Formats: sequence, structure tokens, C-alpha cells
Amino acid sequence: MNVFFIIIMGIIMLAGVFAVIRFVKGPTTADRVVALDNLSTIVVATLIFMGFVFQRFIYIDVSLIYAVLGFIGVLTIARYLEGGI
Amino acid sequence: MDTITLLLLFFSLIVMIGAAVYAAIMKDLIFATIGTSLISLALSVIFYLLHAPDVALTEAAIGVALSTIVFIIAIRNTKRYEDEK
Amino acid sequence: METVLLYLGYFFVSLGAAFLFLGAFGIFRMPDFYTRLQAGTKSSTLGAMSLILGVGLMQPEWFFKTLIIIIFIAISNPISSHALARGAYKTHQKPLTDTIDAYEEVAEENDNKKEE
Repeated sequence: MNVFFIIIMGIIMLAGVFAVIRFVKGPTTADRVVALDNLSTIVVATLIFMGFVFQRFIYIDVSLIYAVLGFIGVLTIARYLEGGI
Repeated sequence: MDTITLLLLFFSLIVMIGAAVYAAIMKDLIFATIGTSLISLALSVIFYLLHAPDVALTEAAIGVALSTIVFIIAIRNTKRYEDEK
Repeated sequence: METVLLYLGYFFVSLGAAFLFLGAFGIFRMPDFYTRLQAGTKSSTLGAMSLILGVGLMQPEWFFKTLIIIIFIAISNPISSHALARGAYKTHQKPLTDTIDAYEEVAEENDNKKEE
């Protein structure tokens, strides 16, 4: 079963590599913010999966905080682009 | 340490150093703010993998939400592009 | 029963990892901002929800907390993508050439009214 975990983690890390490439390349601000939002979602999934690998119940809380607070930064940057804030 | 943990740790370290260099060399301050947010994301994953979930929780709450809002308000009140010298 | 839940959990975790990869690959490959936004947010939201559900099925005593995280992801991810699309449209980011934008005239009229 250890091989299964390594394969899943490798696929998720490959997704992170593609998002980071778009973050570096993206021509406009909005492209980079989309890449950051996608990376935030990937990190939520990764932290829950690593909590399962470590077999610790309390580690789920970090991921819960990310799911609740992670979109506020993206929302602020989007409002700044719009001219509102 | 486990193989999965080592793999993810090296990936997060590379992303964090790359984002720090990116935030330092960018002339557009919005891009630098997004780079700072990415630093905080990768640093939180590193704290989590080193079995310090409380520090990771604090880093997530402050780095993703609060510091981005403060930087955006500061940029809104001054100017967006850094001067060429 | 536990074996069935375990293999169902493996299936959902594999599906979630595949959808996360497809979403990030869409961000890397798509030519336009709006298509990138669609690929990045919809596909990765489904991937994260499926992976978290798989972990909750593999460990049945964690199921309630993973359900709460799924609900928060389903609320917060569309909000941020909506705000991003709105901000990008307001900054006049053009889609590709063969896209029909029916809202453009109405938006210009509204802008003119606001200026008056």
C-alpha cells in the first residue's frame, strides 16, 4: 500500500509543478492569481492526505483553516483589480 | 523519514526559495504580493510536514489572509510600480 | 464491510488525484484567461472534494470532519472564481477572437449612465 501513496502523491506534485509554471509564466495579474488559487486547493487536498498518511486526527484542523480562510486573499486582489476595495 | 515526506519537503523548499527570489526581483508590486502569499503557502506545508501543526495553522491564518490585505491596502494608497533607477 | 469502504476510498482518492492533475494541466495548456479560469477552478474543486471524500471513507471515524471541509470548499471556491472573472472582465481583458460577447454593449451603456 505504500506504493499507492507514493503514486498518488507524485500525481498531486506533478499538478503543483504545472500550476507553478503558469504562476511564473502568466502574462497578466489575473493568470497568476488563478494559479495561486489552484495551488491553494491543491494544498488543502495534500494536507488532508498527509494527515491520513501520518494517522493523526488533529492534523485535519490546518486544512480546515485553509478551506475557510484561503479565499480571502484572492478575493482582496480581485477587488483591487476591479477598482473597488 | 518517510519517502513521501522527503519528496514533498524538497518540492516545498524549492517552491519557497523560487517564490522568494521572484518576489524580490519583480518591479510590479502586485506580483510581489502574490509571490509573498506563495511563500507563506509553501512555508505552512513545511511546518506541517515537520510535525508542528500549531505553527502551520498560525502561518496559514496570518500569511494568506492578513498580510495580503495589509499589502494590498498599502499599494492602493501609494502606487503600483516601483521606480527604475 | 470495512474492506468495501477501503476499496471505495482508494477509488475516490485516485479519481480526485486524476482530476487535480487535469485541472492543473488545463491551467498550463489553455490559451486564454477565461478558459484557464474554467479549467482551474471547476476541475480542481471536483478533484479536492473527491479526494477528501475518499480519505473520509478510508477512515470512517473522520467522516464528519471531512464532510465539513467539503462543504467549506464547495462554498468558498466558486466565490473566489466569480470575483476573479468579474475583476478580469472589468479590466477589459479580451477573450479569443471568435468569442461572441453579448454583454459588452450593455456594460458600456451602464458605464455611460454612471458617468452622467
